[in-house]
Amino acid sequence: MEQDAIVIRLTGDSGDGVQLVGEQLTITAALTGKAVQTLPDFPAEIRAPAGTVAGVSGFQLAMAEHAIFTAGEELDVLVALNPAALKQALSYLKSGGLLILNEDNMDEKDWEKAKSSAQLLQGASEYYQVLSLPLITNTLAALAELELTHAQAKKSKNFYVLGVVLWLFDLPLENSYAFITKKFQANEQIVKANSLALRAGYDYAMTLELARSRYIVGGLTRDAGEYRQLTGVEGVAMAVATMAATTGVQVLVSGYPITPSSAILQECAKLADFGVHLLQAEDEIAALCACLGAAFGGRLALTCTSGPGMSLKSEGLGLAVVSELPLVLVDVQRAGASTGLPTKTGQCDLQQALYGRHGEAPLPVFAAKSPADCFNTVLQAFTIAIKYMTPVIVLLDAYLANAAEPWQIPELADLHSTPIDFNRSALPFKRDDNLARSWNVPGTPGFIHQLGGLEKQGDAGSVSYDADNHQQMVNTRAQKVAGIAREYAPLIIDGNSTAEILLVGWGSTYGALKSAVNQCALDGLAIALLHIRELNPLPHDLREHLRAYAHILVAELNSGQFCQVLRAKYLVNARSITQCNGLPFTTSYLVSAIKAEMSHAKDCLSA
Amino acid sequence: MQKTAYQREDFTSAAEVRWCPGCGDYAILAAIQKILPELGLAPEQHVFVSGIGCAGRLPYYMNTYGFHTIHGRALAIATGLKTMRDDLCVWVVTGDGDALSIGGNHLLHCLRRNVNIKILLINNQVYGLTKGQFSPTSPIGQVTKTSPHGVTTQAINPLLLALAAGASFVARAVDKDPAQLSVVLKQAYEHQGCAFIEIYQDCNIFNHGAFDGFALKGNRAANTVLLRATEPLIFGADNESALDLVGQQVKCVPSEQATLRHEPNNFDTALTLAQLRFPEFPVPLGVYYQAERPIFNFSPDVKRTINDLPALYRARASWQV
Repeated sequence: MEQDAIVIRLTGDSGDGVQLVGEQLTITAALTGKAVQTLPDFPAEIRAPAGTVAGVSGFQLAMAEHAIFTAGEELDVLVALNPAALKQALSYLKSGGLLILNEDNMDEKDWEKAKSSAQLLQGASEYYQVLSLPLITNTLAALAELELTHAQAKKSKNFYVLGVVLWLFDLPLENSYAFITKKFQANEQIVKANSLALRAGYDYAMTLELARSRYIVGGLTRDAGEYRQLTGVEGVAMAVATMAATTGVQVLVSGYPITPSSAILQECAKLADFGVHLLQAEDEIAALCACLGAAFGGRLALTCTSGPGMSLKSEGLGLAVVSELPLVLVDVQRAGASTGLPTKTGQCDLQQALYGRHGEAPLPVFAAKSPADCFNTVLQAFTIAIKYMTPVIVLLDAYLANAAEPWQIPELADLHSTPIDFNRSALPFKRDDNLARSWNVPGTPGFIHQLGGLEKQGDAGSVSYDADNHQQMVNTRAQKVAGIAREYAPLIIDGNSTAEILLVGWGSTYGALKSAVNQCALDGLAIALLHIRELNPLPHDLREHLRAYAHILVAELNSGQFCQVLRAKYLVNARSITQCNGLPFTTSYLVSAIKAEMSHAKDCLSA
Repeated sequence: MQKTAYQREDFTSAAEVRWCPGCGDYAILAAIQKILPELGLAPEQHVFVSGIGCAGRLPYYMNTYGFHTIHGRALAIATGLKTMRDDLCVWVVTGDGDALSIGGNHLLHCLRRNVNIKILLINNQVYGLTKGQFSPTSPIGQVTKTSPHGVTTQAINPLLLALAAGASFVARAVDKDPAQLSVVLKQAYEHQGCAFIEIYQDCNIFNHGAFDGFALKGNRAANTVLLRATEPLIFGADNESALDLVGQQVKCVPSEQATLRHEPNNFDTALTLAQLRFPEFPVPLGVYYQAERPIFNFSPDVKRTINDLPALYRARASWQV
């Protein structure tokens, strides 16, 4: 059960290296067969003043012996390396949880920087198991025999912490040794220092004889196969490389740095050997337009952005719709409007993705449900973009981009080499059975044509100002996009399909919704869960599923955008469960929101 | 389709040309269609990308691949096309509003990156397609529908902007001298890198005669200087005058006294020439500046294939279940 997951959060200053400790802990846990879900939590400011709450960097990891769906909410273990980190995270620690503190960073001025005081810890030992650890003193002592400066030696303290937590969870050291050796291969002294610190932390925890039995989790049964950890960002990059390799057509990835989508650019920058080329554009508009140019040239193209950048791309998307060129736009949603909470998550760009363009400009919109699913969703987006000659929007969010989960590595035999059918007809707007036009590529003799934003007419796509023709073209483009629903797999009802309540969600909330449905079932409340990947066009079988339930609740991280779509399209009495605080849903929030909605519904009935 | 010799008709589309009668764009279109056969590339190897403005319709009149895009973005679109398709010859047709106002950022970065495309900035110092508002190159005092008392803000100097942005080829031509325009177009084609040509164009509806003082045939000899590498910068009905550098100052001197010879690779001289104002000075036409710089594009060679995917997938530690 979900409740058996162990949740740990590592927090410290952004310079403390907690992300690195978190990643190593995750990989080691996954390597030993645990189910893992992670959620890094970066500060918005790159170098906020050390010791302040604004500068706290966190990494949360849930591990279990069974499949889990979220990085957890209440903490079993909290590692807080300074008072600011403690102040920010202490309220999430379960009563009876383990609190590991760095006592070397807990003097008066550290408390002042955090605008807090040592009173915060008063009574802590009554609620928590507290391990106060002289982290810097111990690290320096462990490295005393090496010829290192004080500052150099101090840097190894994150590996000391890693050693402590590895012991706590009964995880082996080997993987971390290998990581240190590889990562710091340029400097033997640092390899030695970090390895010693790692071992010292591990030994220290062992000698304390901490009660760790409750933190040790067994292995998990998964489908047989080979797995690795995959973040959403890595999933996007893997999909792009896979498209290039399986089609034999090079891919342009163009973007303008914006948090949190820049990570996609960085990941794709490593793929030039596969024919994936990164163009860091001068602005958001240029990034999308460069993709249009590449697509006109018969190349695949992907652009990525977040919130504000999405708005800047809408004019170019209009041209992509009218010129019917394929490209993929990945929007890593963040909490807005405007700069908003740039490092925090949300699903608030949905209606912009669906409708945020001038004129009549329909296009497909898909959303990934988990980090590993980002791989599938981007592959699907490219496939549809090419087959239907259309831009496709993929909605991710800050949580999906950074979170990681085990991904079953595809077998080479399952990856089909799929050549693209360029130059199908010498007439560029000659449509096939799916209403897709022919992708005619410059350089081809006999296929010369001119594209543009002006309305098109006929198979040749000549410029037209004719009124009836425009009506017909608007209809044709809408019909083409609507037809994409024929490609979808049937919807799947999770949870209890005979329940009276249908919980509907989309995108990254899948794990939280599934956990909430499980929890409600334990509490005696039967719920069916419908999670939707294809947001435009909506699946054909959605209508019948919505009709089959007395109560429809739509949970999303915005103020009810998808719920409005369902109400408008299907005339159903769908009700909203919403959250706009920059954080993913927690199971407990969802469970209480569902119960509140249902008791309200009952009150209405009995009144 | 491969032919050894191409004719002008090979590059002319069947579409009816629809600019206002007397528009300078006709001459520019004609000059382009005249020189393309001489370049030796088949029509399908050329692509004309345009933004929005009167000249934006030019791709429809060419029998080449074309993309009439959105306002200001032709350069960004051409950048994506040319960097991924280095085998194509990409021309961008843009205007003073398109390239210097709404699309100014793309111009800076296209020039800075040295994308190997040929930019024809058709400058008529007015917004023609929207029927007569002032543009970023309209000089102070110009009366338009949105400046009834005359433009009050300083105009952009496109050549200075291009030079400052790091352009590797900067030239100027006028619509009314198709012979000189053709020479510059060919030089731009031959240049390895991003070529920027400002073409003065007469909008005979909204800004008629703006360049007549030096562009009309009868005024050209006295008021323009044809820039030719290694040669003096001569002008005058009888070639009697020349531009010369006296210290840092440009002076008009009798041609036999001039010591200045045009060196297109001299950036400082190019900056000086680009600052000359008519009618105090004649207008230099031709290549102001040309330099060799690394070109921005992506290699068409692919080193890794589908067989390398398994290794990529396993770049992080994997485990067997």
